[in-house]
Amino acid sequence: MTTTSPSAAIAPLPADWRDLIALTKPRVMSLVIFTGLCGLLAAPQSIHPVLGFTAILCIAMGAGGAAALNQWWEADIDAGMKRTAQRPLPQGRLDRTTARDFAGVLCAASVFLMGFAISWLAAAILAISIVYYAVVYTIWLKPRTPQNIVIGGGAGAFPPLIGWIAVTGHITPMPVVLFAIIFIWTPPHFWALALFVKTEYAKVGIPMMPVVAGERSTRRQILAYAVLLLPLSALPWWLPGDEHAGAVYGVSALALSAVFLALSVRVGLRERTGPDDTMKPEKQLFAYSVLYLFALFAALVADRFIAL
Amino acid sequence: MTKPEPQPPRTVAQIRSSRNRVLGLSLAAFVVLVFFISIAKMS
Repeated sequence: MTTTSPSAAIAPLPADWRDLIALTKPRVMSLVIFTGLCGLLAAPQSIHPVLGFTAILCIAMGAGGAAALNQWWEADIDAGMKRTAQRPLPQGRLDRTTARDFAGVLCAASVFLMGFAISWLAAAILAISIVYYAVVYTIWLKPRTPQNIVIGGGAGAFPPLIGWIAVTGHITPMPVVLFAIIFIWTPPHFWALALFVKTEYAKVGIPMMPVVAGERSTRRQILAYAVLLLPLSALPWWLPGDEHAGAVYGVSALALSAVFLALSVRVGLRERTGPDDTMKPEKQLFAYSVLYLFALFAALVADRFIAL
Repeated sequence: MTKPEPQPPRTVAQIRSSRNRVLGLSLAAFVVLVFFISIAKMS
């Protein structure tokens, strides 16, 4: 762990609740909640609305707690990067003990509430996802290997799996495929961002792929993952058995993934033109990748409701 | 277009009060949630 910066050690004011909310990374959480909700709605059974709401609340609390633990651990790294320097901990608006305690309470509450209200299998997977993000990714992988986001991407892939299990009570091929889709989507999504904030990661010593392997290799790998994502995203359509998705999802997945691939080709085969390069294709790929995941999972839910 | 007036800095009491209100509302929401979960589990 890194040492506490002087600004973070002196907290002239008590923590504002808005800073505690900011600690949970609400924008990232919105995608987590959405994919979790889609897993829950796409499941072949139904759940009582109160229990469904509770399951999503637990996923949100778990994701928020893990994000808060991440910010608690990386406060000094965040202070060194323009993108994250305005967060409450590097700004000294919140002391680290409060952040750690808040994160701990959120994580514990989410797991126990999920266990008591929904199922202990869903609670166990939620606990695994929290440990995966806060410990395996944040503490272990991120400062050590450029493959951090590849392996650590699994943390963000759990919500649809948890949502599905909250309804059905067991793991079947479909939620595992949904997990795999987010797992394979994460590297091109994150590396598109890493390409245009590369210098910031280099400055704070985080071995992100563009910093360690270079831009050229990162671009080729983005392309490789985008190629893999195309058939994988359509896999729920081709699954055997009666829980597979229909044509509405299948056609949407192929169309959305084709655009993803086209944008990735532009990034993958491109060279940076110079220090004044605005990195527009990379920024477009990053923005589209977020839209892609929202649209893909929305198509899955729409397909399920059309089939009813 | 006129420039917005700069906000006066918030005092310790104001921050503490708003945090306590949010905490109180969260706890109340939690109690209501547990009540409805119990009803849902029994039905």
